[in-house]
Amino acid sequence: MIAFLKLLARNRMAAAGGIVLSFVVALAVVTPLLPLQPPDVTNTANRFLPPFSEGHLLGTDHLGRDLLSRLMWGTRLSLAVGAAAAIIAAVIGSAIGIVAGYFGGRTDNIIMRIVDMLMAFPYILLALAIVAALGPGLMNALIAVAAVNIPFFARNIRGVTVGLAGREFIDAAKLAGMGHGRILAQELLPNVVPVIVIAMSTTIGWMILETAGLSFLGLGSQPPQADLGSMLGEARSALITNPHTSVVPGLMIFVIVMSINLFGDGVRDALDPRLRSGALTRPRPATIVDRDNVPDGPGDGVLDIRALETQFHVGPRVYRAVNEVSLAVQPGECLGVIGESGSGKSVTALSVMGLVASPPGVITGGAVFHDGHDLIGAPYRDLRRLRGDKVAYIFQDPLATLHPLYRVGDQLAEAILVHHRVGKAEARARAVALLKSVRIPNAERRIDAYPHELSGGMRQRVGIAMALANDPEVIIADEPTTALDVTVQAQILALLDDLRRERGLSILFITHDFGVVAQLCDRVAVMYAGRIVEEGPTAEVLAAPAHPYTKRLIACVPELGQGRRELAAIPGLPPAVDRLPAGCHFAPRCDKAREICGQEPLPLARSGARAVRCRFPEEDIASQEDTA
Amino acid sequence: MGGYILKRLVSAIPVLLGITVIVFLIMSLIPGDPATAILGSYATPENVEKLNRDLGLDKPLVQRYFIWLGNMLQGDFGRSFSLNRPVLDEILERFNATLILAGTSFVLCAFMGILAGVISAARQYGLADKAITFTVLIGISVPSFFLGMMMILLFAVNLRWLPVSGMYAIYGGGDLPDLIRHLIMPALALSVVATGVIARLSRSAMLEVLRQDFIRTARAKGVQERRVIWAHALRAAMVSIIPVLGIQAGFVLSGSVYIEIVFQWPGIGRMLVDAILKRDILLVQGGVVFVAACYVFFNIMVDVAQSLLDPRIKT
Repeated sequence: MIAFLKLLARNRMAAAGGIVLSFVVALAVVTPLLPLQPPDVTNTANRFLPPFSEGHLLGTDHLGRDLLSRLMWGTRLSLAVGAAAAIIAAVIGSAIGIVAGYFGGRTDNIIMRIVDMLMAFPYILLALAIVAALGPGLMNALIAVAAVNIPFFARNIRGVTVGLAGREFIDAAKLAGMGHGRILAQELLPNVVPVIVIAMSTTIGWMILETAGLSFLGLGSQPPQADLGSMLGEARSALITNPHTSVVPGLMIFVIVMSINLFGDGVRDALDPRLRSGALTRPRPATIVDRDNVPDGPGDGVLDIRALETQFHVGPRVYRAVNEVSLAVQPGECLGVIGESGSGKSVTALSVMGLVASPPGVITGGAVFHDGHDLIGAPYRDLRRLRGDKVAYIFQDPLATLHPLYRVGDQLAEAILVHHRVGKAEARARAVALLKSVRIPNAERRIDAYPHELSGGMRQRVGIAMALANDPEVIIADEPTTALDVTVQAQILALLDDLRRERGLSILFITHDFGVVAQLCDRVAVMYAGRIVEEGPTAEVLAAPAHPYTKRLIACVPELGQGRRELAAIPGLPPAVDRLPAGCHFAPRCDKAREICGQEPLPLARSGARAVRCRFPEEDIASQEDTA
Repeated sequence: MGGYILKRLVSAIPVLLGITVIVFLIMSLIPGDPATAILGSYATPENVEKLNRDLGLDKPLVQRYFIWLGNMLQGDFGRSFSLNRPVLDEILERFNATLILAGTSFVLCAFMGILAGVISAARQYGLADKAITFTVLIGISVPSFFLGMMMILLFAVNLRWLPVSGMYAIYGGGDLPDLIRHLIMPALALSVVATGVIARLSRSAMLEVLRQDFIRTARAKGVQERRVIWAHALRAAMVSIIPVLGIQAGFVLSGSVYIEIVFQWPGIGRMLVDAILKRDILLVQGGVVFVAACYVFFNIMVDVAQSLLDPRIKT
């Protein structure tokens, strides 16, 4: 509760709304005690006095009544009527919603049918019909406004109740022999109340507006009693000659509704956890770059990642997802990057083309050289031109990564069209050729399919075809087979391997599966907690892993036809990357660790083609070099 | 597609029937004797009895409903006693004006709302976003009838740019430019609240979509950011924006009541308010059923538009 109030106070707009609202409500409450002139006493000699007249701060209306006094009494009435309508609608609507949601079945069906029927009416129309039947009058307007808002509450609360009714604590209450009434009152209601409060805070403004509206039409409060709406309605005939009589009540309605909306939004934001975590921020077109150290070019190979540092800045926390990672991909080479989830391998891959979601992602150091140019420092325009043209991506889950509402052919053609000026027909022809090149049968027909009409394997072939669209020099494949069935996975890997040999592609292949690395990659880099811990030719690393972590990762791969072998899961979890230990990050899980391991940082020690970051490696890669 | 439209039309029948039942039940809430209410307390008993017979009020409730429904299905909505003409004639004549006003407003609010929402999302926390968010907040807080009055003061009375009220100029009017001049203020005033609601929703729908993986794919392909926002993201966001357009159409349609009063627009809303004040029950009944039915058909069109947009919807 205190946290909630703090959040609310931090939202300055909501706080301002709350203060204005409390002020207005306080004034309305004390109105009878204030030394105001009687609101209904007419004095035709003093008609239409302008504001700041003597004795009439806001002037007088068409009957010479004091506007300030009428405004205060009118505000009081409007607030009371709006609040009463909100409470009536909330109580009746929520009761209906809870009953429908809790009992379900036929009760629910019948109730919700009626609610849907009521919601089929354009909003105010139903209120008009009710007033038409009951006759004009403030009480009837109140009933009408409350009645048309009942379906809104019923539907919202029913939705929440249905979710709660299936939960364990309700079952437990039933088993304990509690009656329906007690379950509804003691178990369900307390959980539903916050939702009712939010719904009320968002609708009370509407209800004040609607009752004011009905009064404005002459269907609400009747003379001489006046709420803000009927004040405005009466003033309308003198709008042109004496606008102040209209402006005064109109502005008051506006101030009340605006402060309620501000406050209500604040309440909703403070209660909605998604907004609290800032999860609803939109990623920018390219990752934010804020670098201290910038390595010099021109770099080595087709893609040279140098001392890359990517962090996530969430509030005061800094998550070091990628920590001084250096990797170079040679022409025609397939370099695997392997690690558990959270090791920073995907973030490394996405950093290359500035695709890390930002905020919260920030590239804080390093460089990525391609063709002699640093991609990290490149302006967005240049980066965009290279994306998909020179460096293309294949992503993990092809259902989520293809646009659900575009035909796959159009998505392929677009990949070509954003980089090449070709006609639509030509782009389509190329798209068909691409689908054929990834061995999609019936390419001419499949091109008009939507992603949801294809199987997972087919979708990933489309993803690969899209990456190939502009004959890129490098393909960055971010776990492209993880979401697929094993058999489909094998086919996709075979396809990638063939394509790479046919086209001389360089591939940076991200995976968590050593089996996949063994099948496809020339070299492999092992990442742990944002750092590379070992690097080397795949065959050598597999045969003689130097880092204890690599060894255990390899031990996790089950081998077919190799008889029984113990699958050794690695105990413990990778460290949280916002609280990394000073020394070796793997030390807490390592059975070879000694005291010094956790204390001092250790550089990646290179020897020939191999490199390892360990004080007590499993294999001495330097001596291995000598003997070889 | 044709089959889908037919299916939706058939499914509207129970809704339409439900609407007539609800309207009929509400109208039967009228306290006391409707004939006395209509004729006033000085009516002679003979007149009251005659009117009761004319209105069919001497029959039981259920029977009365089916007679009313049967007549409506044959195009007979009854006779308005205050206007002394058939209800349907009056409704059709008035509905034209409402359709022009509400239709224009709806197009305005859909266009401006989505535009504002998308810009706001694309520039989240930027100056444009803050300006739009604040304007939207004002827009959804100001009563449309008050806004309309202030517009009249500013643009018609002080600046003399636009006519004060009405649909056509009394002398020498009647052509399209004249209609447009009269339409600008009421259409804008009517669209403001809906614009705000649509802008808010479009903003959050866009923010939701912009975090999706397929947006990253589009960017990875090298698609221009403008296209990412206005084609890829907006297309996907429309799936959640369109249903709200349907709801807002209802607000615009019924909100025209206020605007028609403020701008003396000869539409169905003004007719309803007059009819309520004169206790012309048949006119109210007919008007409400007619507008609600139009809204049901509009929502069917919304569903059809949705199914055209989203291939995942089974048609």
